[in-house]
Amino acid sequence: MSMTRPNGLKHTIGVLVENQPGVLSRVAGLFSGRGFNIESLTVAETNEPGLSRITLVTTGDQHILEQIIKQLNKLVNVIKVFDFRDTEFVEREMALIKVRAEQHTRAEVLRIVDIFRAKVVDVSPHFYTIEVTGDDGKIQAILELLGQIGIVEVARTGKAALARAKKH
Amino acid sequence: MKLTGAQIFFECLKKEGVEVIFGFPGGAVLDIYHEMPNHPIRHILVRHEQGAAHMADGYARATGKVGVCLVTSGPGATNTVTGIATAYMDSVPMVIFTGQVPTPLIGNDAFQEVDIVGITRPCTKHNYLVKDVNDLARIIREAFYLARTGRPGPVLVDLPKDVIQASTEFRYPKAVHLRGYRPTVEPHQGQIHRAWELLKTAKRPVLYAGGGVIISSAHKELLRLAEMLQAPVTTTLMGLGGFPAVIKKENGERVLHPLWLGMLGMHGTFRANMAVQNCDVLFAIGARFDDRVTGKISGFAPKAKIIHIDVDPTSISKNVLVDIPIVGDCKKALQRLNELVEKEPIENLEEIRFPWLDQIRQWRETYPLAYKQEGEGIKPQYVVEKIFELASEDAIITTEVGQNQMWTAQYFHFTRPRTLLTSGGLGTMGYGLPAAIGAQVAFPDRLVIDVAGDGSIQMNIQEMMTAVCNDLPVKIAILNNRFLGMVRQWQELFYNKNYCATCLDASPDFVKLADAYGAVGLRATKPEDVEPVLREAFSTRRPVMMDFWVNPEEGVYPMVPAGKEISEMLLV
Repeated sequence: MSMTRPNGLKHTIGVLVENQPGVLSRVAGLFSGRGFNIESLTVAETNEPGLSRITLVTTGDQHILEQIIKQLNKLVNVIKVFDFRDTEFVEREMALIKVRAEQHTRAEVLRIVDIFRAKVVDVSPHFYTIEVTGDDGKIQAILELLGQIGIVEVARTGKAALARAKKH
Repeated sequence: MKLTGAQIFFECLKKEGVEVIFGFPGGAVLDIYHEMPNHPIRHILVRHEQGAAHMADGYARATGKVGVCLVTSGPGATNTVTGIATAYMDSVPMVIFTGQVPTPLIGNDAFQEVDIVGITRPCTKHNYLVKDVNDLARIIREAFYLARTGRPGPVLVDLPKDVIQASTEFRYPKAVHLRGYRPTVEPHQGQIHRAWELLKTAKRPVLYAGGGVIISSAHKELLRLAEMLQAPVTTTLMGLGGFPAVIKKENGERVLHPLWLGMLGMHGTFRANMAVQNCDVLFAIGARFDDRVTGKISGFAPKAKIIHIDVDPTSISKNVLVDIPIVGDCKKALQRLNELVEKEPIENLEEIRFPWLDQIRQWRETYPLAYKQEGEGIKPQYVVEKIFELASEDAIITTEVGQNQMWTAQYFHFTRPRTLLTSGGLGTMGYGLPAAIGAQVAFPDRLVIDVAGDGSIQMNIQEMMTAVCNDLPVKIAILNNRFLGMVRQWQELFYNKNYCATCLDASPDFVKLADAYGAVGLRATKPEDVEPVLREAFSTRRPVMMDFWVNPEEGVYPMVPAGKEISEMLLV
């Protein structure tokens, strides 16, 4: 049976890596070199010294995902790959949104901020900068509402994810 | 006592049992070369760094040991890249040491600076930039460990000049601690059982072996399994020598092994490709379902359940979905499997297997590999057959890439592992001569022959000098057809005979060229010259370059056009 590479579903993968120079380039290079997609990628240190955690979101069918996970595991600096396909997990993303806030729209912006439990982190005569954290759906929703008022710039962190702890 | 980085370098190589380095000096590695005479290691001075990489590769493939090369920064390093990529594609254990500008200059576009770690990241198993002399011994230890374990491969270590000049206490780590690297070598016994359950019921099994059989020295286990199951065997180009293609009869005559199918794939034999397309169980052993093997992937082995052993999990279900995956070392997996087969031999095996083996015999008789040596011109296949006839059984054959490589794979019947050294994955023209030199360094007394084309031999011909001045008596058989033959064949078949840029009517006089290098040059222009030229070459203890003027328009057949199923062969 053959395998094709259609655009499949989004998948979130966690990668625990040794914090060595070039490790991010090895992971990113693996994706570009093998024609895998990266929708988002975050990386930062963990609580364990010398280890960093990358969370990346990719698209592809099950076979591609399988291959991505195997290829990541093959990298010498990769200690563990977290495949969230069969696990419950939490994922969050933070977005900074600079939105036009003139006299007649300020109240509306603040209402939206309140509904989404977001925060205004910078105020100027014509703009608000808003910080919002949530899953994909929430970020999309606030972007849509604020978009009707006038978004100037957006900076998103990309997703960070952890598996849920076992309940028993 | 404190040692300099250069001294530590040699102490580490001694600990790793390295006997020979293939290299070329330059500014960034001068401290290492300055230290070299104090150590009993052999250094082969090459004429181009690509040659150094291929020699280390040829040495590694012929011996199974880790090949080592040493080059300077910048162009020295970039010149090795083709050699590194060649080794990576074919899983060859190598450690490449490159010089680097001093650490304070890194990133400044210094003279002869290049980010070789960045450049080689996708074509090495792993690579390192050593930033502190205190890390040097550990990194070299890890580099050798990574190169030779699991699925072997090249590892590059970049050595800045100031690190090599700095001093520290030398301590060689006893063990390697790599948290992210634990290759699975021991196969899962449950999977072995599943494989046996499936093989037991197979009516038309085929064993499809690749380079993994050679790398893990599983050739005896493969032969044993094939005999116990009476299952025919095909191999990839990389697997040739992993199964005895011919056996000796009592009268000394060599005949094809009854279970041998020949190589499969684009230029595979009719019977191998037909057997794969009609088998009910395909057992892949250390092979990776390369596109040159499978042809149109959706039509590959359509009737078969597939078992696949590979030490590299990424090779499994990458191109073709596998029913029973076995991650592990081929030799260990085959040993476990053979134990099961021995305990419970298949009853009435001969009777069960007869229709399948009879079918294969018919395929072989209908379309054997064949050519006719007739007329004035020399057929290239005839040269290869004569080489097979006259070469000793332990001869090592290297090839360049193209028609010379495919005719060698078809007409030289390999019987021992590590006797064919060829660039299978990357397809590197210019590989054969330096690889032959590397093999000859390892085995000075064996016959080492590079089967070449007039195009590819010129890609690293400067290494003739390396062979001559190191007294390495390699033999080069140029199948001179005045064309880039394989490309010409594609133009003939698929590009309307538009022979753009493939005619090589201007080449050097190879006999004079051999003479200029201080080697022996011989020429054959008629069929009856072939045998005397080969006999003379094989009995000369000097490098010999043989120029065989072969039919310019001979093609390699069978041929599966790219994108077709492997049963759709052009037969002549």
